[in-house]
Amino acid sequence: MKRSPLIPYLIWMVLFTVVPMVLVLYYAFTVPTESGVTWSLQNFARFFEPIYLRVLGRSIRLAVISTALCLILGYPAAMVMAGNAFKRKHVIMLLFVVPMWMNFLLRTYAWLTILERNGFINALLSFFDLPRLNILYTNSAVVLGMVYNFLPFMVLPIYSVLSKIDKGVVEAAGDLGANPFQVFMRVILPLSLPGVVSGITMVFMPAMTTFVISRLLGGGQFTLIGNLIEQQFLVVGDWGFGSAISVVMIVVILLSMAIMSFFEGEEKDVALW
Amino acid sequence: MYKGFSKACLEPKYMKGVKSLGRIGKAAALFVALVLLTAGLSGCTRDKPTIYVYNWGDYIDESILEEFEKETKIKVVYDTYATNEDMYVKIKAGGSAYDVIFPSDYMLTRMIEEDLVQKLDLSKIPNWKYIEKRHLGWDYDPANEYSLPYYWGTVGILYNTIMVGDPVDSWDILWNPKYEKEILMLDSQRDSIAVALLRLGYSINTLDENELAEAGELLKEQKPLVLAYVVDESQDKMIAGEAAMAVVWSGEVTVAKSQNPDLAFAIPQEGTNLWFDVMAVPKNAKNPEGAMAFINFMLDPEIAYRNADYTGYAVTHESVRSMIRPEISEDRSVYPEEEDLVNAEVFVNLGQTLSIYDRIWTEVKAH
Repeated sequence: MKRSPLIPYLIWMVLFTVVPMVLVLYYAFTVPTESGVTWSLQNFARFFEPIYLRVLGRSIRLAVISTALCLILGYPAAMVMAGNAFKRKHVIMLLFVVPMWMNFLLRTYAWLTILERNGFINALLSFFDLPRLNILYTNSAVVLGMVYNFLPFMVLPIYSVLSKIDKGVVEAAGDLGANPFQVFMRVILPLSLPGVVSGITMVFMPAMTTFVISRLLGGGQFTLIGNLIEQQFLVVGDWGFGSAISVVMIVVILLSMAIMSFFEGEEKDVALW
Repeated sequence: MYKGFSKACLEPKYMKGVKSLGRIGKAAALFVALVLLTAGLSGCTRDKPTIYVYNWGDYIDESILEEFEKETKIKVVYDTYATNEDMYVKIKAGGSAYDVIFPSDYMLTRMIEEDLVQKLDLSKIPNWKYIEKRHLGWDYDPANEYSLPYYWGTVGILYNTIMVGDPVDSWDILWNPKYEKEILMLDSQRDSIAVALLRLGYSINTLDENELAEAGELLKEQKPLVLAYVVDESQDKMIAGEAAMAVVWSGEVTVAKSQNPDLAFAIPQEGTNLWFDVMAVPKNAKNPEGAMAFINFMLDPEIAYRNADYTGYAVTHESVRSMIRPEISEDRSVYPEEEDLVNAEVFVNLGQTLSIYDRIWTEVKAH
């Protein structure tokens, strides 16, 4: 009887997680034939053709670049927010969070007009007689869109870990003769690693699977794995192939999470999830 | 009412009752509660007659919908799609029940063959008599049993006369390296493959696998020159001078030209696709009566005029064409003459060969 409060969640999980997963697996491993449906690995065989592997490679590459950029930009921001140097840190926090209250599609759409040939950035550049920039509908625009949209997911977990670090530890390191660089490298960075790991996971996964950002800012030509899946379901109607790609995606993400949790080491209890 | 309900919930006696229900009983209670809740929510819409309309993006003057609601007391729920294939996949999957859809010719044939659309009741659509005879009885629906035409037109190249120095009279120009990253293609598989087939001099309805493979290669070869594959964005991008050329449906030209006088439209000499977008009623429509009323309303000359004035597409009513501003009604890019259409071909449904189209287009996009 003690487990009864779990029942609604159990029903929820079965209906909206287990059943859809089984359906995806079913479509991935079957092909329709004239006499019905047969089990087959055909959909997977198709995915391992070079043309689709290149799409997978491109998705991984862009996701890694975006995640790295988010980390480089996000870590210092999190440190500023967690430190004492800046009095109104809740203002910075607010500035990070408020854009997330706006619709994601709308924010990405706005970049279209900012980046276009006669858009805001180029107007600004030509005002200062600087060379114009044509990055709309390129990989750079897609990476920009990802970094812009996913940066808060990097900053917030790192911030939450950094702000929990015992100030006494940092002071002790200083008292024992470590210079600020050593304090950072040997005390703060190792202690903040769990936050970094959850930040990386939270940015890498949506960056890997996005299709809206690449469609809008990539102009439909830099097909990412998400676009390929979307196209199979919404345009072509090949659910089998679409499901097979989704299964491959799940495997890639599970693998990357396994690698992450390896780095996470023993301090799992500090991580967000 | 809600206050009373929550009070009752808090009464110890009632809680006791819940406790004694047991695990399965509680699950059942939860299920019943969920069912009641969803039934209650959907019940709200059932009271008022409603039709679900599924149309192309930016393809209607939406004030007409309000007028239809006011006049017939039927509520309109309006959704849009970007390509025939988007719409087809959604209807085919079931799940969503629309009452009026706007497929193109070949897609209508496919939906007739797959039993996805129902016959129209022409006695409820008296306004169909305003449609010009030459727009009725085409092969895609020879007796117009399933559909009535909404708009018609061609596919051609919308170009910026300042940015393009060469004459635009052939599809070849879309492969000219001079215009690298200044070309917008349609993100629509049949239309883009048709452009490649026309350039190669093949039929846009070819079933020949080699010809299709050649067209696929041609599109991959063109990809480095293409700025983007878009549908609804191309008009805005051309008006803003973001690209030199775009493959567009003829109806886009009116609005584009009126907002940027540097733009012009050409139907290449190799030929074009003559298309019809029609109004049809899906088989699983919940409110076919309302659907017929809506189609009839859209064909009313006054409404058709207002709609055409807004969208800029070519109407199928002779009487309405004469009401429209001459800069549109006499523009041959919108209303082509017979001699513009000598090389024009109407799409037909391709049956099994479609899977080759799907594969080619997926490969081009992934390339």
